[in-house]
Amino acid sequence: MKKNSTLRHAFVASLPVMAGYLVLGMGFGILLQDKGYGWWWALLMSTTIYAGSMQYVAVDLLAGGASLLTAAMMTLMVNIRHLFYGISMLGRYQDAGKARPYLIFALTDETYSLVCAPHLPDGVDEKKYYLYLSLLNQCYWIIGSVAGAAAGAAFAFNSIGIDFAMTALFVVIFVEQWEKATSHLPAVTGVGISVICLLIFGPSGFLIPAMLGITAALFLEKRWLDRSGEVYSHE
Amino acid sequence: MSKAVYSLLLILIIAGVTVLIRFLPFLVFRNETPKPILYLGEVLPYAIMGMLVVYCLKNVSFVSGTHGLPELISVLLVVLLHRRKHNTLISILAGTVCYMVLIQVIF
Repeated sequence: MKKNSTLRHAFVASLPVMAGYLVLGMGFGILLQDKGYGWWWALLMSTTIYAGSMQYVAVDLLAGGASLLTAAMMTLMVNIRHLFYGISMLGRYQDAGKARPYLIFALTDETYSLVCAPHLPDGVDEKKYYLYLSLLNQCYWIIGSVAGAAAGAAFAFNSIGIDFAMTALFVVIFVEQWEKATSHLPAVTGVGISVICLLIFGPSGFLIPAMLGITAALFLEKRWLDRSGEVYSHE
Repeated sequence: MSKAVYSLLLILIIAGVTVLIRFLPFLVFRNETPKPILYLGEVLPYAIMGMLVVYCLKNVSFVSGTHGLPELISVLLVVLLHRRKHNTLISILAGTVCYMVLIQVIF
């Protein structure tokens, strides 16, 4: 009885993520398939990496034959925000027992936004609720990406230009961050230094200089960002 | 190195670094996270998303071919649509379809 009610609550809470993960996962699968990687690659990546934006970037890194160092640095930069999710869940996941490693592994943006919701309904087993929610979300992501890769292979269509889905995704996130931030300096720094490095080093070599340059510039700008007070609103 | 081995290695590295970031607070920091890392965690996401947009458009040439017009038009559409509706899926879908039509049919 109790178990079912916990699962039901987790399922209902996960519905908004289901829609997003199925569609974004499919987009990822279609892109991956378009670059010559079958559905089992989608399955492998969505099971082991399980990080939306980074998997889109990974498709491009794979197709472009990026170096392993570039891939490692890129992952570090793109996913560093996950540090905060971990930090804010330290207490809540303290006594999660055997499920704890998986809960930590599965802490994506969307799962985080659900598990840090303030209160749970009555009669819900908290630990199981977090586990079900995390598992359901990853299932949606895996199903979406495998279905996307399989569908991309099954339906032969003129896919030229489908890569733009990745650009659109990042533009959307950029717009959302822009609206949320009280200082646009970090966003402008990111675009500015990347463009400069692109002009100097060219398309195949600009990532590492850009990442180093951005990190250095952000430390230099710390004084101004501090002075403008509470710059960023934490979720 | 064959393509499959390279791909596996790359995926392994990306998965490894992602896991590392997710576990770091639980394994190392606990109560005290170094200040510079906290600061970077706050500001980097904004800068890196800007970098990723540039990364996506890295092969666009503004002086030859289509002069980057399909990209420019589609990015503008995504920005305008998203500022109005704030619906991630609609913005991405509309932008991608717009771009595909532009480069397959018009340009």
